[in-house]
Amino acid sequence: MSAGKIIKVTGPLVIAENMDEAKMYDVVEVGGQKLIGEIVEVRGDRASIQVYEETAGLGVGDPVTSTGEPLSVELGPGLIESIYDGIQRPLDKIREKCGDYITRGIRVNSLDPDRLWKFKPEKKQGDEVQEGDILGSVDETVLVKHKIMVPGGISGRLKEIKAGEMTINDIVAIIADKEGKEHPLTMKQRWPVRKPRNYKNKISPTIPLITGQRVIDAFFPVAKGGTACVPGPFGSGKTVIQHQLAKWADAEIIVYVGCGERGNEMTDVLMEFPHLKDPRSGEPLMKRTVLIANTSNMPVAAREASVYTGVTIGEYFRDMGYSVAIMADSTSRWAEAMREMSGRLEEMPGEEGYPAYLGRRIAEFYERAGRVICMGRDNREGALSIIGAVSPPGGDLSDPVVQSTLRVVKVFWSLEDKLAYKRHFPAINWLTSYTLYGNTFDDYYKQEIGDQWKNMIQFSMKILQQEAELEEIVRLVGLDALSPENRMVMETARSIREDFLHQNAFHPVDTFTSFQKQFRIMDLIIFFHEQSEKALKSSVSIVSISRMPVREKISQSKFIPESEMKKIENIKNEILKGFEELEKERVHA
Amino acid sequence: MLKEYYTVREIIGPLMLVENVQGVKYEELVEIELPNGEVRNGKVLEVNQDKALIQLFQGATGLNVRSTKIRFLGKGVEIPLSPDILGRIFNGQGKPIDKGPAILPEVKRDINGSPINPFARDYPEEFIQTGFATIDGLNTLVRGQKLPIFSGSGLPHNQMAAQIARQAKVLSASEKFAVVFAAMGITFGEANYFIEDFKRTGALERTVLFINLADDPAIERIATPRMALTTAEYLAYDLNMHVLVIMTDMTNYCEALREVSAARKEIPGRRGYPGYLYTDLSSIYERAGRIKGRKGSITQIPILTMPEDDKTHPIPDLTGYITEGQIVLSRTLHRKGIYPPVDVLQSLSRLKDKGIGTGKTREDHSDIFNQLFAAYARGLEARELEVILGEAALSEMDRLYYKFADEFEEKYIRQSEYEDRTIEFTLNLGWELLSMLPRMELKRIRPEFLDKYLPKFVKK
Ligand SMILES: Nc1ncnc2c1ncn2[C@@H]1O[C@H](COP(=O)(O)OP(=O)(O)OP(=O)(O)O)[C@@H](O)[C@H]1O
Ligand SMILES: [Mg+2]
Repeated sequence: MSAGKIIKVTGPLVIAENMDEAKMYDVVEVGGQKLIGEIVEVRGDRASIQVYEETAGLGVGDPVTSTGEPLSVELGPGLIESIYDGIQRPLDKIREKCGDYITRGIRVNSLDPDRLWKFKPEKKQGDEVQEGDILGSVDETVLVKHKIMVPGGISGRLKEIKAGEMTINDIVAIIADKEGKEHPLTMKQRWPVRKPRNYKNKISPTIPLITGQRVIDAFFPVAKGGTACVPGPFGSGKTVIQHQLAKWADAEIIVYVGCGERGNEMTDVLMEFPHLKDPRSGEPLMKRTVLIANTSNMPVAAREASVYTGVTIGEYFRDMGYSVAIMADSTSRWAEAMREMSGRLEEMPGEEGYPAYLGRRIAEFYERAGRVICMGRDNREGALSIIGAVSPPGGDLSDPVVQSTLRVVKVFWSLEDKLAYKRHFPAINWLTSYTLYGNTFDDYYKQEIGDQWKNMIQFSMKILQQEAELEEIVRLVGLDALSPENRMVMETARSIREDFLHQNAFHPVDTFTSFQKQFRIMDLIIFFHEQSEKALKSSVSIVSISRMPVREKISQSKFIPESEMKKIENIKNEILKGFEELEKERVHA
Repeated sequence: MLKEYYTVREIIGPLMLVENVQGVKYEELVEIELPNGEVRNGKVLEVNQDKALIQLFQGATGLNVRSTKIRFLGKGVEIPLSPDILGRIFNGQGKPIDKGPAILPEVKRDINGSPINPFARDYPEEFIQTGFATIDGLNTLVRGQKLPIFSGSGLPHNQMAAQIARQAKVLSASEKFAVVFAAMGITFGEANYFIEDFKRTGALERTVLFINLADDPAIERIATPRMALTTAEYLAYDLNMHVLVIMTDMTNYCEALREVSAARKEIPGRRGYPGYLYTDLSSIYERAGRIKGRKGSITQIPILTMPEDDKTHPIPDLTGYITEGQIVLSRTLHRKGIYPPVDVLQSLSRLKDKGIGTGKTREDHSDIFNQLFAAYARGLEARELEVILGEAALSEMDRLYYKFADEFEEKYIRQSEYEDRTIEFTLNLGWELLSMLPRMELKRIRPEFLDKYLPKFVKK
């Protein structure tokens, strides 16, 4: 391919001429160090290129060559437990090669080419296969069986299929198509990141992603295959929520994208995940996790690419039939990277300087989530959930990134700095947050708990709403003006907030609560409320109810380990006993 | 031989356009020679065919289009470094201003640095004792953290910064410790305050100062924090020192950046600041940290004054989005004459949990922290209630909390400019204050700690 030449360099944007053969989104090599870039605009023989590495030192006349291929990721065994930058270069290998700082023009394989994997075939010679069919698998980690699938555009008869120890570049199978042409296959495939991977069709989600976070699972659940966003000002707890989900959500694969955020937060994940045990399998959480880290000080164009790299890897595991969850922290940094490139391209700015296509890009990104019937003959099902953090300036929700996101996602966890200042965590506002999954999970709830769950949730939400109204009155005329019944509502609302909604991510037990345990705690709170109402009717005073020592037990119930869940149930008896005593005292007096 | 050009076409504010150039590289260092022989510097902001756009580091005063000579130096902006820089004072450009000798460089480093590989980072977790109760007890600073002070004009952030620089230490260690101080656009008086304070306390010999004053050209200060951080990296990772970097005032830095952006006619973001302000600030703040297998560390305390005390202004807002917490100063406390006027409820150290507890500070630290925080918050609520409804509306317990809040501000928050509290003292002070409240109220403290510590502090 003929070489183009740079005519302009401004920040991460380079313009080159003599690029007639270049196509939009082709990857190019820029300058003597062959920095990686991507074509984002073509005009005549001029191409505008966003460069994924620091551009200092580039000058007019430096060569630019196109690789003729769009920005793609390598997919195959070795993805799990990796930590990549925004364009899928493994950061651990980069460190081995060039030390503690990221230098330029580094080439490293995304997947280890030397590592041997034990391939176990599931098809045999002579079988007819098509795109998505599973040829066999390797045990990538104790938690992940990596399915080797027939890549897109290939179908035919298996001429040969091997078994045993192989690298990702060895040929595992040969498919002969209708014309008799042979297609040798390895365990590795490539896929362009900006193009969604194929699936047969989408189906409606019916199962919630259980996150172990009480306020989410009980009040604002997200579906397996669904979308959610977490907007909030700085310090309100977006990253902690994303980390909590990455740790405890019951997805089979987690892809965590640190997009333009802090280096130390990635270190945190790297140091912690190998030691944390998945509550379901007992294995280290790292064994189901892929990390993408393009921190705020790393090149801005690669930050733009990082969310696509993440979602493509997520789709690939979805296609194997897994339920996958992606966390992107923060999508605002991705949008800002778009804005920066757009500004340098001198495009017409839309709102707040963001490009006019911001909304479309955001919608396209979240559209890649879903519950799908995968390619392949077995009609297996996979799901990809996307949970994006949004960091609006000053926490202002009218920000274009927040607004564009709210138009497409189904769940809104609204983080509020006021709650964070009060150290009420997770600082999710229970009155303004919402989930649009409504009745979607009814069958699941029935099966897991019973009919009562939905009523319990509606009941406690009503109490919280009443509290908000009553607080207004208290502010004006003081607590004493309330009826005992209303004061009881305030007491119960406080109990819901403090004993149920509040959850300390750093407490060894409190950090995760199973769905069953969530039910037990909520049940306890409502049971106490019902008993109180009864007692109030027989003229027990609200003050003596609010001073009952058993309330301490209720508020401690979240710290009871999962293995001792029975103890929560037993508190009910103590509640009954407590009220009996109150009644006795009353009669006595 | 370097080619020289006399082809300056325009000078607009802090920018200069040179024509008919060849082989110029993006970000390259430029020398600008005036007819009188004076040499200034700049860097290439953009190359476009045969034109180069240059950002001037010193002012444009005295430059003219016809007789200014331009040389492109073929390298980025570098700073000469050697162990002798300790105890020295430089201007915002890295030139000595203390009448001392020039630095004989052992190494020269590009001031932009390179991003730390996230995989190479080590987690910050060593407690730094600053001697301030409000920081050590409630917003604990750890080595490798970036913890800014959000201040306002007229608030005593400089005194606090100097006090931290004087007092900061790591408990167990007798390790090498240094301070790098970067002043951007502060007054001579303020700068002098720091220099005199460092001299008087003997801190100067382990300090490097970069001083850009309010009357120096604003654009000079764009390079200043990067000079300071490159120096800090040298001290930390070449000389194995633990370095505290104080940068004041980041607001002036951001305004200089806005000036350059406006001169380039870029599409402005919020309040006229460039859209890439977040990225630019992170290239400064993210240079804090620790690196696996290396001894030194870089801890940053950037200081910024919030325009109109507004926390949602782009400068504090974007800073807060990058740093690991913030210490917010309160005008209300300052008016009451309380120093340091730390707004405890709005301040937060996000890394505190890693730096406190058994073996680091004391087992009861996190419980005390939570309890003090909750009690003070409740006390402030009571105070507010009193304002609206009058004292009669307060319950007995509310009154107790009200009193607690007052005592907390007087004894815990307030301390003198030369009072260096140990963590032991700070924690005990917490107990002393909490002992005002009935034991039943101390729900956030584990019973075993209540048994162990509380009796020592309850007044008979
Ligand atoms: N569930 C929680 N339990 C306990 N502490 C929490 C919880 N959530 C948040 N916090 C506290 O709040 C701090 C800030 O949270 P976090 O880092 O997630 O904020 P953020 O919204 O991601 O901010 P930024 O936008 O600046 O990245 C944490 O360091 C922690 O101290
Ligand atoms: Mg965050």
